[in-house]
Amino acid sequence: MGRDFAHRLLRNRLAAAGGAVILFFFLVSALPGLFASHEPNRIDIVNILRPPSAAHPLGTDDLGRDVLARVVHGARVSLKVGFVAVGIATALGLLVGLLSGFYGGWVDAVLMRFVDMMLCFPTFFLILSVIAFLEPSIWNIMAVIGLTGWMGVARLVRAETLSIKERDFVAAARAQGAGDARIIFRHVLPNTLAPILVAATLGVAGAILTESALSFLGIGVQPPTPSWGNILTAGKDNIEYAWWLSLFPGLAILVTVLGYNLLGEGIRDAADPRLKGR
Amino acid sequence: MSLPPRRAVLPSIALLLLLAACSGGKKESAGKGAPVPDVPAYGDAIVEGSIGDVSGFLTAVTTDASSHEAAGYVFNGLVRYDRNLKLEGELAESWEVSPDGKKITFHLRKGVKWHDGAPFTSDDVMFTYRRMIDPRTPTAYGEDFRQVKRASAPDPGTFVVEYARPFAPALASWGMHVLPKHLLENYPDISKSPLNRKPLGTGPYRFVEWKTGEKVVFDANPDYFEGKPYIARVITRVIPDQATMFLELKSGGVDIMTLTPPQYVRQTETAEFRKSFNRYKYTASGYTYLGFRLSHPFFRDRRVRQAIAFAADKKALIDGVLLGLGQAATGPYKPGTWAYNPNVRKYPHEPARAKALLAEAGWKEKDGVLVKDGQPFEFTVLTNAGNDARAKTAAILQQNLAEVGIRMKIRTVEWAAFINEFIDKRKFDAVILGWNITPDPDQFDIWHSSKTGPKELNHVGFANPEVDRLLDEGRSTFDLERRKKAYFRIQEVLAEEQPYVFLYVPEALPVVHNRFRGIVPAPAGITYNFIKWYVPAALQKHRIQP
Amino acid sequence: MLRYIARRLLLTVPLLVGISLISFLMMHMAPGGPIGAGTDMNPKATAESRARLQAYYGLDQPLHVQYGRWLGRMATLDFGDSFSPDGRPVAEKIKERIPITLTINVLSMGLIFLVAVPVGVYSAVRRGSLFDRISTVAVFTGFAIPTFWLALLMMILFGVKLGWLPISGISSMDFDSLGTLGKIADRGRHLVLPVLLAGFGGLAGMSRYMRSNMLEVIRQDYIATARAKGLPERTVVFRHAMRNALLPVITILGLSVPDLLGGSVIFETIFAIPGMGQLFYQGVMSRDYPLIMGILTIGAFLTLLGNLLADVGYALADPRIRQG
Repeated sequence: MGRDFAHRLLRNRLAAAGGAVILFFFLVSALPGLFASHEPNRIDIVNILRPPSAAHPLGTDDLGRDVLARVVHGARVSLKVGFVAVGIATALGLLVGLLSGFYGGWVDAVLMRFVDMMLCFPTFFLILSVIAFLEPSIWNIMAVIGLTGWMGVARLVRAETLSIKERDFVAAARAQGAGDARIIFRHVLPNTLAPILVAATLGVAGAILTESALSFLGIGVQPPTPSWGNILTAGKDNIEYAWWLSLFPGLAILVTVLGYNLLGEGIRDAADPRLKGR
Repeated sequence: MSLPPRRAVLPSIALLLLLAACSGGKKESAGKGAPVPDVPAYGDAIVEGSIGDVSGFLTAVTTDASSHEAAGYVFNGLVRYDRNLKLEGELAESWEVSPDGKKITFHLRKGVKWHDGAPFTSDDVMFTYRRMIDPRTPTAYGEDFRQVKRASAPDPGTFVVEYARPFAPALASWGMHVLPKHLLENYPDISKSPLNRKPLGTGPYRFVEWKTGEKVVFDANPDYFEGKPYIARVITRVIPDQATMFLELKSGGVDIMTLTPPQYVRQTETAEFRKSFNRYKYTASGYTYLGFRLSHPFFRDRRVRQAIAFAADKKALIDGVLLGLGQAATGPYKPGTWAYNPNVRKYPHEPARAKALLAEAGWKEKDGVLVKDGQPFEFTVLTNAGNDARAKTAAILQQNLAEVGIRMKIRTVEWAAFINEFIDKRKFDAVILGWNITPDPDQFDIWHSSKTGPKELNHVGFANPEVDRLLDEGRSTFDLERRKKAYFRIQEVLAEEQPYVFLYVPEALPVVHNRFRGIVPAPAGITYNFIKWYVPAALQKHRIQP
Repeated sequence: MLRYIARRLLLTVPLLVGISLISFLMMHMAPGGPIGAGTDMNPKATAESRARLQAYYGLDQPLHVQYGRWLGRMATLDFGDSFSPDGRPVAEKIKERIPITLTINVLSMGLIFLVAVPVGVYSAVRRGSLFDRISTVAVFTGFAIPTFWLALLMMILFGVKLGWLPISGISSMDFDSLGTLGKIADRGRHLVLPVLLAGFGGLAGMSRYMRSNMLEVIRQDYIATARAKGLPERTVVFRHAMRNALLPVITILGLSVPDLLGGSVIFETIFAIPGMGQLFYQGVMSRDYPLIMGILTIGAFLTLLGNLLADVGYALADPRIRQG
């Protein structure tokens, strides 16, 4: 990894483009004021569903709110959903994977059977029921997407842990009195970093899409809080008349999710030592 | 994939539609072409778009609008509402209420037959009544029938019910669909009977098939007691997404649906659309309100509630949420109906008066937010998820209230959780909800102080001795003038007290393909005379073999 | 082999029990109940009628009794009766919905397979070429575009503007009067858009998987040997490399069952298709416990079955595993 890795990643033009898109939207969500001068929730009854103009570069929505401002502020919400959900999934996956791989025995057996079970649920069905049963608040949405997405990471970390545990240098470290924590942080984690990063990038993309699907069903992030999913859903009902209301949030989702996927692929390729020099 | 021959026929149909536009005269649209003789003819089919599927056909055990609408083609009640929302006889030819108001005698229509040919008699009515009060029937509508002290069927053409005391809503409760005794008596639980899936009634249409989640088909009943309906077939298609349904309408897959305000205002204005469709508009039977939990320390003070009523910009709500297709609500009744009192206190959008009232109640402005006893005026309004109109209403109210220094947060919760966790447990500051307005003005359950228990409907906790007394009076007499007086006064008190800020009554916006004629909009809407709708022979699109 | 299958099948039983327990607890801890749908905010429903309904559905019993009853019935493959007003057996409801959902999923899986394999192979062979890059962006676009948005755009284009395809539903008005061939053609026309969309969305996973397998295989010694022997590139790629790269793809087919089932909620809602996804969504919204339990259990069973079939297929294709 390191410099070599970064170099290879940047040479992959698609991955670099993906990264650039992601950086751009980071910037947008960090400094929304820079990109949109209007308030995202400022209602203007007189200017409902106006096409793009100088005052409203991306038009206005069905309450006369500025679409640009809503897409820009929605970026923050949508990215937050993606990141927090993936954060939860990764943390949980790491924990389960490490416990399972490190301690083996019945701990492993129980945890892995649980993973098997979770993998058998049609995940979206599960998310749907939980969100509908609880409350479609942004926190619940993030938590549920996270809690249903950790199994892949867990399996990955477990496999890596198992293989590392058997290696000579770990035995040597143990002989020198290194504790579990030290072995985990020094040896296991660095080796699993790349695949986890790949899983996380793809996870963010997936979470953004899941939120938009939930919004379509009316149980995503709730208006007036703007998310790309709920702006797009509002645009859906006026799709033929007010094309701007669905086009821009739709493109934002498309470009961002695409960016994360390309970056994820790029990381995978760049981290694969066997591909070196090819 | 090869195209089926149907496609080739389409252009000629389109041509016919074009021709159709000019005849008639009561439609909104006009077109050019040779006139088509506008005479009633039997035949053709109408495809109805419906958001939800039918859940069952026995309305005693279903509660959703889709099921009740579909069942209405097949079944009849003893009474129904006419075009002006007045009760008239359906299966009952007439009825008398005894002078003391405790006894109703129904004289049943003679010669009515079930779709299988069996005669309809008072035994069927008696059977329906017994099933409505039977604990084995999973019905939500049993209460009105349990008020009955004695029911009897002295002869096949007469049905008599007696109540312990006069009960005005009783009459309307006999609009409940009458069930065929001969087909159901062997089923202790009617919801499990085959009739719930394959209904058989006395109504204008006979059930043909129900493809779950896809469509329901009915054919005209040639022996219907009010005459054979002109339209030979009715197909109700389930299309869960509003945007998809509208595309289907435009491409000919659906003939009748309900438009959303943006569709009505922005997407159906084109000449092309007007050529093929007629839009209708009438006041819907429902209103949206902002309800306060009256035990909340902020909202206990009437001046605060009145201030919020002055702060709420109803015009903006109607323009923003309904694109102008609605009117301001002043109370819980439908404008233009006999119980509606137009002369109650009104709350125009006057932020200055709102501020004055709030100041009077002890709220002082500090940095743009009102404060009293060190507490900022901040509360959360709850509404249910997935209801676009209510979400927009909340957003606009939020802005209105911010102008007078009140901070309102919005929280949306999915329906079941919303009701169970917040409404029933009274864990809310304020809610945005709506009520359907029933033609009978009895709203005992919503406003009476005895109805504030968990699961009961006076969830705001409104208690007013005068209103309690008037509610009681209004439901215990059949004298229309006395009832009217009681309900008029109730509206005056409600307008003064503002336990709800009554926001708006929307317009219902049905659209129908213009080959269908004979549609006469009335206070009851357009479908009350459905059996008189027809398609002139030259315009018929579908050939239906009877 | 038979013993292997039998053992795997036996193992699914505790898994299914566990899954059903999780679903059951999740549902019953959630606010709101099945009675609410009809009685909440209904002026005509009273406390008594509510209590009667509770008892009617057995909801007045303690949780473990309710679960025990459910499990007991499941042992005899009885899914119980739906809580919705029609009160029909859950198994019957699922049975009438499952064919259309499976048809769409199988067709789109077939489509994915047909497109993704050549795309994956070709972009691996021509790694870094223009084709590789364009196809990468194209397949990921399919994944990244919100389904319902693309669906509406396609409906407007093909349904309204061009009038080539029906917009929604699964059959035309005159379906019943058509002959067998006509029926097949009609159903086919209705399925074109949903299948294309589901296929487009699922392309990325499969084609990228195929590509990376192919890259892996191409590096192997025996490919180098084959090349060194002077075999034509075509033969090397298709005869030797692709066959080995295809093998792991079988497993991913099994693993994609839950995703496809989940995605059906969106498809079926936007295209008005009366399938399992819609049924489940309605079940969730009305708290129809037996129906939710039934669909989750069947969904899990289908997934396990998919995995098992994939593993068996894999074992049959790869002799090393058969012995293990």
